[in-house]
Amino acid sequence: MATVQQKTMALNGDEAIALAVKQSDVDVVAAYPITPQTIIVEKFSEYVADGEVNTEFVCTESEHSALTACLTASATGARTFTASASAGLALMHEILYVTSGCRAPVVMAIANRALSAPINIHCDHSDSMPERDCGWVQIYVENSQEAYDSIIQAFRIAEHPDLMLPVMVCLDAFFLSHTLENVEALPDETVLKFVGERQIPLVMGHEGKEVPFKLDPDNPITMGPLDLYDYYFEHKRQQEEAMRTASQIIKEVHDEYANISGRKYGNGLVDAYRLEDAEIATVCVGSTGGTTKTVVDELRAEGVKAGLLRIRTFRPLPVEEIQKTLRSVKAVAVMDRSNSFGGYGGPVYHEVRHALYDTQTHPHVVNYIYGLGGRDMPRTIIRDIYEDLEKILETNRVKDYVQFAGVRE
Amino acid sequence: MSQKQKGWKEIPIAGVCWKPATEYHTGDWKTFKPIRDPQKCTKCLLCPMICPDAAIRWNKTEEAIEFDYNFCKGCGICANECPAKAIEMVREEEA
Repeated sequence: MATVQQKTMALNGDEAIALAVKQSDVDVVAAYPITPQTIIVEKFSEYVADGEVNTEFVCTESEHSALTACLTASATGARTFTASASAGLALMHEILYVTSGCRAPVVMAIANRALSAPINIHCDHSDSMPERDCGWVQIYVENSQEAYDSIIQAFRIAEHPDLMLPVMVCLDAFFLSHTLENVEALPDETVLKFVGERQIPLVMGHEGKEVPFKLDPDNPITMGPLDLYDYYFEHKRQQEEAMRTASQIIKEVHDEYANISGRKYGNGLVDAYRLEDAEIATVCVGSTGGTTKTVVDELRAEGVKAGLLRIRTFRPLPVEEIQKTLRSVKAVAVMDRSNSFGGYGGPVYHEVRHALYDTQTHPHVVNYIYGLGGRDMPRTIIRDIYEDLEKILETNRVKDYVQFAGVRE
Repeated sequence: MSQKQKGWKEIPIAGVCWKPATEYHTGDWKTFKPIRDPQKCTKCLLCPMICPDAAIRWNKTEEAIEFDYNFCKGCGICANECPAKAIEMVREEEA
């Protein structure tokens, strides 16, 4: 299927992302180090020092400044990238909204890490899940290969003239960020051709003529000014429209990339695994998808009609795909690697259960909070969850809708 | 604000201004407007200098100051500071 010769490299997830950024002809990278993202910008700074890239590398004093530098560089028409995690992403919170509101197509990698306190550097999704409403596209990857592929796709998605949306590519801390994998890398010129030059749409400026949507002294425009009750709502509605359009663009970019690389991740929005005739299924995001596929294979070999839905694109939420791929399922366990304290389950659960409410089949939908602070999610626990689902099928009753998998009582 | 407002499909993204600031009439929400009494005004030209919105101009033809009510927010500083007490703040609907 692949049309180009690719090079197999031993890379961890962070290095795979640094390589993808190197190949994507990025103009500005501004960053502040934080474990477990550090390797990304550390590796990239080596490319800069060695003259392998033509990129302005800005060392900032905080993540708030790092994203601000990317946003402002992006506003001038530059292709920009940054990376963060945990407290760093939390510190960016304000600027995440400014970036999406200014329709700056910044691409950012998030090495998903727990938030303090107590302090923890390991994997969970409590850093990026609270940012799901900030107007960024969110892609959660299963392995380092997908991290590499998704970063390259992210520039095309973000900079699409119909979207102009920032994109977050989220990879699980340590499980992916620091673990060596064989990664198939495309030739530099193939990636360069795929990402192309950044396209700048035209907008109506204050001088009464259409001008390129970028800060340029020759064609001055104002971005993100004071915008009160008279127009703010309209601008937010535009962002929502761009998000809705993004689903189709993400699929198109994913398919175009698949034709070149030979690699597909479902349809780019969801990765449905053995769901065609499944009666029980789990839903997850991130690297847990890989382990779960192994469990699904084991169960299928034993005659259990099990399946998995890995949501790759969490924003925009692929509602139709969730409804369609889970249509034959009678009991669903949604896995959340973050908690919504005092809420009724985790964020993925909220979305999936919400999407399934309108389906005719009305499956039982339960939630498992798991893996907080890097707690391992072994095959055994995933098997237990499928066994719970089988019990729900047998009894047609749910005892606890929200449970915690892998926590000691 | 008082002009007809556009829908979300009609305006540029990211809050980009599609018209100059001079077309955005910041003075159309005032409660009180300044009225000059030509009998009392000594044409000292203090008010054009102290107006925070640059909404008071010297009209050469009339040889008098005039208010630009599109940008006057009705703050009343001119009336307060006028040495000749020649400016009165009047409710918009009564002016």
